[in-house]
Amino acid sequence: MTARTTRSSSAAKKQHYLDLLRQMLLIRRFEERSSDVYQVGKIRGFLHLYIGEEGVAVGAMQTLTPEDAIVSTYREHGHALARGMPANELMAELYGKATGCSKGRGGSMHFFDAERRFYGGYAIVGGGLPIAVGLALADKLMGRKRVTACFFGDGAVAEGEFHESLNLAKLWNLPVLFVCENNLYAMGTALAVSHSVTDLASKAQAYGVPSQAIDGMDVLAIEAATSEAAARVRASDGPEMLEMRTYRFRGHSLADPELYRTKEEVERWKEHDPIPAFIQKLRDLQLLGDPDLEQIEASVKQEVEAAVAFAEASPWEPLEDLTKDVTAS
Amino acid sequence: MTTMTYREAVRSALSEALRRDPRVFVMGEDVGRYGGAFAVSHGLLEEFGPERIRDTPLMESTFVGAGIGAALNGMRPIVEIMTINFSMLAMDQVLNNAATLRYMSGGQLSVPVVVRMATGGGRQMAAQHSHSLEGWYAHIPGISVLVPATVADARGMLLAALEEPDPVFIMEHATLYPMEGEVDEGSGACDIRKAAVRREGQHVSLITYGACLWKALAAAERLAEKGVEAEVIDLRVLRPLDSETILASVRKTRGAVIVEEAWRTGGFAAEVSAQIMENAFDVLDWPVQRVCGVEVPAPYAKHMEDASLPQVEDIVEVVEANLV
Repeated sequence: MTARTTRSSSAAKKQHYLDLLRQMLLIRRFEERSSDVYQVGKIRGFLHLYIGEEGVAVGAMQTLTPEDAIVSTYREHGHALARGMPANELMAELYGKATGCSKGRGGSMHFFDAERRFYGGYAIVGGGLPIAVGLALADKLMGRKRVTACFFGDGAVAEGEFHESLNLAKLWNLPVLFVCENNLYAMGTALAVSHSVTDLASKAQAYGVPSQAIDGMDVLAIEAATSEAAARVRASDGPEMLEMRTYRFRGHSLADPELYRTKEEVERWKEHDPIPAFIQKLRDLQLLGDPDLEQIEASVKQEVEAAVAFAEASPWEPLEDLTKDVTAS
Repeated sequence: MTTMTYREAVRSALSEALRRDPRVFVMGEDVGRYGGAFAVSHGLLEEFGPERIRDTPLMESTFVGAGIGAALNGMRPIVEIMTINFSMLAMDQVLNNAATLRYMSGGQLSVPVVVRMATGGGRQMAAQHSHSLEGWYAHIPGISVLVPATVADARGMLLAALEEPDPVFIMEHATLYPMEGEVDEGSGACDIRKAAVRREGQHVSLITYGACLWKALAAAERLAEKGVEAEVIDLRVLRPLDSETILASVRKTRGAVIVEEAWRTGGFAAEVSAQIMENAFDVLDWPVQRVCGVEVPAPYAKHMEDASLPQVEDIVEVVEANLV
């Protein structure tokens, strides 16, 4: 290896790491801002924040190509941003505006982007898994080497559709990467109150689906595990599951009084906040200086503020379109 | 024209679709090796192979959801659910996903899935295999609900369903599978927007669908012997409902009896009745009547099941009691 390629590959590595950091910060600041906007009543309905879990979406999304498909949940802002959906369209969707990614029909829980193959946020827990199996079935029948990444939480693992979907995906060797975001609570019900076996990754093995548990607060570990798993899924046409052990720092939604866990527990987890941890790691590697971080924070802030301005200025869908697109005709 | 059974008509539509469109595949419980619980898909596995005739495990929710996912991704899946009672396990996918995705995505997504299932009673299958829940489906915007009563419709409606860009649910009454009828095998898709006037008459409109069509036609025959000319409307499609054909008939006959196997309370007959009241109240000579299933879980014993379902004499009696 020449000195020149070493320099350029280390520059590429630095750029990639800074990009990961920027994506995580974009999700964090986007959601903090959307929470503020919610408090003043400009966003209504449910708002389920992903804060604390950003490493999972950002780490997992890196290996996916534009041809791959994403199936998400009602806690999906992070997945959508990491997939490259424009912050403008997402904030506009939270506002319920016609320029939103779902024209204001879906809100926080139902982002869609057909072009980016983001097949939506599913708000019936577990309901997205069969959809992912079907997307992958179509790819297999058509002979396309694509991966469908299906995100869901620990709560979904208690649903029958989790077990049915893993069974079917393995039985038919379908290219689904199941990504379980285990944040330890199904709304307010702790893992141990929901599951007779709390090792969620082990459940996949009952169906012959290879699985492993990953530190869901470490973006690089997530990226590495997902890249390897997705490559195997793509090559072999068989499903795998990754259990990302993570934590949400905010309530289930903004309506949550958080009676089911202690402040101390939340504070303990905040010590593992994926963003400061990654910043520290990059500083230790001398890949991040104060000017870099300031520049990233400033550009993220600008993007989020532009999204708010875009949403504010956007029109509402006209009332005469109320019954449009119930069916095609 | 060829004579074939209702079962063979559905099968001929399935094999035609499989032959001409590589995006079409069939999946469901026992559709392959067993040949279909009602023998509809008998022989298709041998002709089209296991990639396109897919036996699923018993997981109604997930194989219906997988049908939705495959439809989102360019396929034309035909999903078979053994009976409408079993389809209750899949209602989350039907209601929350199939019916909502186009609207909720702001028109970006299309779910061209076809789901077939057997419905109805009359075969002593008791209370977990015999109900008529198609009215529940018809409550849901975003889907079509087809109820073919004739052999020709059994074939033509399935072919038409495959041309739709949105989810189509086809409820096939289980007692109809062995029924013979005439079909033009060269005919393709038929209309799936209009009701059909199966018998013309000027004294009363008998409005029905599915297997009850044949009871209504038999009742019309009996009434004709007594000088009463009944018009028989086969709804064919519960959603979108062809209100015009219903109202045109009622405006002519000035009296309506709606016949269905489903329970009276909140059944589809109630919707038809309400539309007549809202739009043709002024022409009615007597109140709209309903002949519906008795409000019990379907009983097993034959005499009890017969008594729980609309019968020809029930229809005749209601007409005679009102048409004085």
